[in-house]
Amino acid sequence: MSDTTAERTDFLARATASGSGKRSFGNKILSIVCVGLAFLTLIPLCSIIFLVLKNGLPLLSLSVFTDLPPAPGLTGGGFGNALIGTLLMVGLALVLATPFGILSAIYVNEYAPASELAKTVRFVAKLLTGIPSIIAGVFAYAVVVLATGGFSAWAGGFALAILVLPTILLTAEQALMGVPKSFREASYGLGATNFQTIWRIVLPDALPAMMTGVMLAVARAAGETAPLLFTALFSQYWIQSLKEPTASLSVLIYNFSTTFDDHQKQMAWTASLVLVVLVTLANISAQVVFRKR
Amino acid sequence: MDQSNTASVSSSNSVSESIPPRADFFKVCDFNFYYGKKQALYHVNMEIPARQVTAFIGPSGCGKSTLLRNFNRMNELIDGIRHEGDILLNGRSIFDKTIEVIALRRSIGMVFQKSNPFPKSIYENIVYSMRIAGVNTKSVLDETVERSLRGAALWDEAKDRLHDSALGLSGGQMQRLCIARAIANRPEVLLMDEPCSALDPIATAKVEDLIHELKKEFTIVIVTHNMQQATRCSDKTAFFYLGKLIEFDVTQKIFSNPAEKQTEDYITGRFG
Repeated sequence: MSDTTAERTDFLARATASGSGKRSFGNKILSIVCVGLAFLTLIPLCSIIFLVLKNGLPLLSLSVFTDLPPAPGLTGGGFGNALIGTLLMVGLALVLATPFGILSAIYVNEYAPASELAKTVRFVAKLLTGIPSIIAGVFAYAVVVLATGGFSAWAGGFALAILVLPTILLTAEQALMGVPKSFREASYGLGATNFQTIWRIVLPDALPAMMTGVMLAVARAAGETAPLLFTALFSQYWIQSLKEPTASLSVLIYNFSTTFDDHQKQMAWTASLVLVVLVTLANISAQVVFRKR
Repeated sequence: MDQSNTASVSSSNSVSESIPPRADFFKVCDFNFYYGKKQALYHVNMEIPARQVTAFIGPSGCGKSTLLRNFNRMNELIDGIRHEGDILLNGRSIFDKTIEVIALRRSIGMVFQKSNPFPKSIYENIVYSMRIAGVNTKSVLDETVERSLRGAALWDEAKDRLHDSALGLSGGQMQRLCIARAIANRPEVLLMDEPCSALDPIATAKVEDLIHELKKEFTIVIVTHNMQQATRCSDKTAFFYLGKLIEFDVTQKIFSNPAEKQTEDYITGRFG
């Protein structure tokens, strides 16, 4: 009895003494490196937020949401038309891309997952997510701007739609894949058709996850500048119709930050602040509002 | 166990007195079935009697679930399947071109291994088969819900929470809800694919009692891994091995005096 106890303490002593000092030292170094790097990645993010807040807050007031952009040399003004333009074009992009994306995802995942068409659609969508946004702008320029003879909100919305379509399609497909197979079996077993099963069982269950994809698309589209430079251009005035050049927050930031006018530069910071808040809200709602279950 | 066994025998006698069971309710004729190139069933011939419980037993992968899923053509949800031979339901081929698979599945209820209620209320789960058939009259739906829940011995537990989510029920209650859902549309047949394998003994006993009740109205085919369950609830038992039907006879005969050596080895636990 006492023998075994002695052996055990001996064993424990060996376990703590032999070599494990070296090992725990290596362990410590590694965790310090990891924690340090994690902090390092926070630095650029925090400094962006800090800079945007520091430079954007001074001019932030209710009037920046309601006034037109100031001309060089003047003070006051705002970017009401650009905010509306951004919301409008993002809205257009969603109206164009969401039905396409979700219906394609339903085909790809529910109707013929193994077909050549489905495989092609999936492959092209994955390819398109990696395409630079400026290409979407050039494409929309060729297809809409040249064809209609001018820059317009339609063209901007179209460019953004091209940009977010793969995101919406792929997240919708993921959402459909997340619906348990047993739900479909139960529905078919009760004599439901394909359409009834999708409409009554699969879609309601996949909807929250699909909406996450749509909100991520909003966040992506709202911040894009390059596709809009070729398509919607910019406007100093309130939007009158979807067929004319339209202001957006991102293009306003691009324009104003490259001028020599200090007030316009300040205004660009404030517009950045509003855009960051907008994108953050979209991201948060993607994660929180639609998280059912 | 003994009690329920004798109950099964007596109730089957009383039913067979009132309604003579048709011996060939389902008739399986020289049936071969393939998943792609892999053959899962070999030349199966059997006749499943009406208003009795037929149990399919056999080791995993022996083809018993595959055959069960052919009765309502659920296998057609899988790509690359193929069959030879025929299955007749009341004398008519279920693979006939004029048979609509939707209608076939409506007249055949199915209960799965893992209970799979929809993420809807108890009420909506049960009336799903009515709604997809276009029935939306409230009085009819209400009547269906009560009849089905009573039929599945769940009415007393669920009547005060009909509009709560079905996902709040216990595992055994969920499986009984799935049975209620399967009988809501008054099918003629109830297919059960290991309905108790995920349930505790008490819930299992309730489902088995329910099977005794249900066979007064329905023809039941049950796949089970549990041989005690087969002896407790079934009238006839079919033993499958490696895709072949080895033996099919009255349950008591199969378990007391099997004709085939393989059946005997399996039920005595020598393999499988």
